[in-house]
Amino acid sequence: DPAVWVMTSSWLDLQVVWMAINIFLFLWFYFFYDLGDQFFYTRHILGSALAWARAPAAVLNFNCLLILLPVCRNLLSLIRGSFMCCGRTMRKQLDKNISFHKLVAYMIGLMTAVHTIAHFLNVEWYYNSRLGKYDDLSMALSSLDDSGNTTFLNPIRSTTTTPTLLVFTSVAGITGVIITLSLILIITSSMEVIRRSYFEVFWFTHHLFIVFFAGLVIHGAGRIVRSQTTTNPLHNATFCKDRIDDWGKIQECPVPQFAGGFPQTWMWVIGPMILYVCERLLRFIRYMQTVKYRKIVIRPSKVLELQLVKNGFKMDVGQYVFLNCPAISQLEWHPFTMTSAPEEDFFSVHIRSVGDWTQKLIMDKDKAMQDFCDKLKMGVDGPFGTASEDVFDYEVAMLVGAGIGVTPFASILKSIWYKFKDSNPKLRTRKIYFYWLCRETHAFEWFADLLQLLEREMEERGMGSFLTYKLYLTGWDQSHANHVMVHADADTDVVTGLKQKTNYGRPNWDKEFEQVRKENPTSVVGTFLCGPAVLATVLSKKCVKYTDVDPRKTKFYFNKENF
Amino acid sequence: MGKIEWAMWANEQALAAGLILLTGGIVGVAGQFRDWEFAAYAIAAGVFVCLLEYPRGKRNKGTSVERTGQYCFTVCVKSFGPLTRNYYVRAFLHAAICVPGGFILATVLGCVCLGIASLIYLAAAIRGEQWEPILPRKESARKPVGESIKLPPQNPPPRPPAEMRRKRAEDLEAAAYVNPIAVTANDD
Repeated sequence: DPAVWVMTSSWLDLQVVWMAINIFLFLWFYFFYDLGDQFFYTRHILGSALAWARAPAAVLNFNCLLILLPVCRNLLSLIRGSFMCCGRTMRKQLDKNISFHKLVAYMIGLMTAVHTIAHFLNVEWYYNSRLGKYDDLSMALSSLDDSGNTTFLNPIRSTTTTPTLLVFTSVAGITGVIITLSLILIITSSMEVIRRSYFEVFWFTHHLFIVFFAGLVIHGAGRIVRSQTTTNPLHNATFCKDRIDDWGKIQECPVPQFAGGFPQTWMWVIGPMILYVCERLLRFIRYMQTVKYRKIVIRPSKVLELQLVKNGFKMDVGQYVFLNCPAISQLEWHPFTMTSAPEEDFFSVHIRSVGDWTQKLIMDKDKAMQDFCDKLKMGVDGPFGTASEDVFDYEVAMLVGAGIGVTPFASILKSIWYKFKDSNPKLRTRKIYFYWLCRETHAFEWFADLLQLLEREMEERGMGSFLTYKLYLTGWDQSHANHVMVHADADTDVVTGLKQKTNYGRPNWDKEFEQVRKENPTSVVGTFLCGPAVLATVLSKKCVKYTDVDPRKTKFYFNKENF
Repeated sequence: MGKIEWAMWANEQALAAGLILLTGGIVGVAGQFRDWEFAAYAIAAGVFVCLLEYPRGKRNKGTSVERTGQYCFTVCVKSFGPLTRNYYVRAFLHAAICVPGGFILATVLGCVCLGIASLIYLAAAIRGEQWEPILPRKESARKPVGESIKLPPQNPPPRPPAEMRRKRAEDLEAAAYVNPIAVTANDD
């Protein structure tokens, strides 16, 4: 399938390129420090631990540069907008932002571990050297002091300190400990369990990244990684290393001079840091723009529909926005998939009472509507996310929505219907098969209402066959079954009131694909899923299985959207 | 943030701290650092903390996600009863364990991380949280089938109401039986 192949190969390409750069940086700097003549004396004390500390540092610089970029969602949207001409695959790449952010974060964690361990070793070796536990050369090098005409190599200047004390009395040490701690706290609070259940803990702790970057930028200011500088006359280390007593006395061996490396990290990260500040400013500006409530509808089962209007707001199908309600929480922004179509002159979200924030919002709606509009001023950031415009390109579309994954399909179905009514040339779709899987329709009665509405409108125009939908209640029990048995003759379905019957249990995908293939023997069928990964595997396998080798016959293409 | 179960985060932090303590200890021993005995202690302490923290507790609200293969650890930890159930005990235990780690450089990070975990556990304990083991759900989710299914039926099978059973004048062929007398519509 060319479409899927191209998309996955772009994401794969990005990962391969990124990894290649990491490997290159690691090896380049490893050999720079392990083979460079200016580090000859440094290596005499530290061995390869020097290179093992500096190579990860380079990789860290690169990745700390990258980590801020994927989360600049507004800037990414702007870039996406300007790439409209360059095709969808490029834009899809930019939508993989969170996955890339996590990948880079793992690399930062791993490299921090290697870097820290190597430096612990370095400090210990320096300490031992200072106390004269190694050979004469080592002793001589460590004795060099920052006074008169000598410069130090070994940052441990006193013989009464300890490695721990050195760490806590040097800029590099203190910043190192603080930023590593911040990183650890960020990582533990970003674990899936915490992120999905206690979003606030994740979000607030994540802001330790400010501490991380502040510390990172000044981490190298102490310049304690020292290399030998060029003196006049030259001090040839290979020649002079065995003539310690002659240093400063013979011409070939003046006392070796050392200096620390110029701190470079700020050069890597200053750009992204500025971009990120711009991003947050942009979010703030968007937030300040007035959002007006057009309509507020209380849906069954504690679902609130908000219809909002904002100047200059343009959306695509299946996108999401971030909402902020200062009356509930100043700092929290929560994502909601939009349920309106781009053709409408407002945008809407359906909010279910799930966590703290949504519960408070729904409880507050019980107060007078006027109060609601005044007190619950809403900030909107977006739209972001996958534009599922591919749906319109397929002659036949199989749409599968599982559980809450059905939400973006509200937007998609409405948009398809608008385009169909207006004979929009962008719409190639002639037939839609919609499969709705959920435990129970309780929370999605609003969606059932939407389907009923579409069903009615289609019947009115004699286009009843445009949309075929099947509902699968996967959480049925005995009382459901009893209810259905008693009303077996009714024309519309008892549970959802929809004309087409509700099915119980999970769909038999083989049967479904057979049916689609039978009814559309020569078409290209696009399959779209918004739901769990397990289902994605099942569907993509079926797509392969039922695609005919003969190019004139039915072909199934699978698209998994991560809404 | 009213609904957060702090223990969940404390658990992640403590497990991470255990691993960091263990790693620092290995580095200290392998590198033969000065005062390496503290590093050796850190290895033991790190392993202990990891074993204690590996099994996740059951959440009060929502589904609890187990860590892979945590069942045997759950059984071990459960067997200590109130010592492992109570988070005050864990908070003080972690605070005590972490102290020796602060003496040498290699384990200082593990020490601080464990200290932070201890503080979060303290917060959890103050809020009354407790460690409950995640035990496998019993198989009998379905109602057990009674013995009577093995006896022959006592009652005739359920039938639709009488009006539907009666032979209808317009549909004689569909009837299940032949009537000796002609069927007429009911006029009353």
